[in-house]
Amino acid sequence: MATFGWPEMLFIFRSAGWTLLLTLVAFSIGGVVGAALAIMRLSPSRVLRAIASTYILVIQSIPVLMVLFMSYYGLSLFGIGLPPFLAASASLAIYASAYLAEIWRGSIESVPFQQWEASSSLALTRPQQYRYIILPQAVRISLPPTVGFLVQLVKNTSIVSVVGFVELSRAGTLVSNATFLPFQVFSLVAAIYFTICFPLSRLSRHLEKVMNAGRPH
Amino acid sequence: MPAVLIENVHKSFGAVEVLKGVSLSVESGQVVAIIGRSGSGKSTLLRCVNGLEACQSGRIEVAGHVLDQDQKKLRELRKDVGIVFQSYNLFPHLTAGENIMLAPRLAKGLGGPELRRMAEEVLAKVGLSEKFDAYPDNLSGGQQQRVAIARSLAMQPKVMLFDEVTSALDPELTGEVLVVMEDLAKAGMTMLLVTHEMNFARNVADVTVFMHQGRIWESGPSADLFAAPKTPELQAFLSAGVH
Repeated sequence: MATFGWPEMLFIFRSAGWTLLLTLVAFSIGGVVGAALAIMRLSPSRVLRAIASTYILVIQSIPVLMVLFMSYYGLSLFGIGLPPFLAASASLAIYASAYLAEIWRGSIESVPFQQWEASSSLALTRPQQYRYIILPQAVRISLPPTVGFLVQLVKNTSIVSVVGFVELSRAGTLVSNATFLPFQVFSLVAAIYFTICFPLSRLSRHLEKVMNAGRPH
Repeated sequence: MPAVLIENVHKSFGAVEVLKGVSLSVESGQVVAIIGRSGSGKSTLLRCVNGLEACQSGRIEVAGHVLDQDQKKLRELRKDVGIVFQSYNLFPHLTAGENIMLAPRLAKGLGGPELRRMAEEVLAKVGLSEKFDAYPDNLSGGQQQRVAIARSLAMQPKVMLFDEVTSALDPELTGEVLVVMEDLAKAGMTMLLVTHEMNFARNVADVTVFMHQGRIWESGPSADLFAAPKTPELQAFLSAGVH
């Protein structure tokens, strides 16, 4: 039986790096797709709106675990074998895109419509209105909920352990199985999650307060 | 050729017809005030002129542009037609100077020191030279509205529309905005304004138009219209003092 010593702890710490990387990749790709979806949801084109809202509705209505299973096991039936990291980051990116799209759509919609009227009356094109008037204001509004979602994403990366990808949770399980010290091991794992998420939660809370207090210049 | 030509315009919101065949023309350099009760359709009419509201039938021509809901044509029209709103609608994330310079840069391709000089010039025109770098939140309502007027002027419009621009202001702040508008009128700007300021309409507008129930009920040279209102509705409106 292995002991719970430095090598095991180092293994867990290194796996926390994978959790962070997974979060980063999922958030970046999910962010790009989510931004496109948010704009599509608000587009004058009915077709674009329908595509985006269907995608969001479907993804938000199924567990991210199913997306993960489909991309990992499902695609292998068609001879497409995705390595675990790829399947994991793709699934989490899909999940993140749907939620970020809704957060950002809400933020864009909460910019007063008079801002649209004033800018269109000044002969700005729709892309110019987004770029110079609407998005700068929407981004400020969206910061607290976006950071809040990032916290959820960090914690939800743990589900990819089921396809055998060794991130923080999976590393904890492996060490726990080898040492028979689940309480100590998972306490460390929990502490690491906390160390990552707590500052983010505080940041989200702080941003919310700053936004409510008025506009900082 | 009038600067603004409105011919038999009809507009409904759902089942409610707010404009029931309105015709009006404004000559170049003329100031026309539209007065009337809330719900008489005066703001809707003004917003139709620059295409913020689409009318169902009728024809509108402004500054040589025939109003068309095609976005590209609408933008061409709006380069020549400024509008100032009741709630100022400055861009809160931009300074006064940036608010003013944005549209000339994006829509007209101006830039460099020339753009800056022009922005300072219009800001001076509304008496706010020292506020170039101030954010809207740090300006009073009257100052914000003057910046909004400057922002419109920066596009060098041929026609200016004013939609109850002093209604959200305290009486003391109303004055400073009206002074700016009066200066503009004297400088020969073509202006179409919806207002509750009867004194301003009487003293500054060449023509005053009284709207009632979606129609132009009575109109004429301001002096005559206020001195001798013909219709009982306008008489009641003017004597009620509730505007």
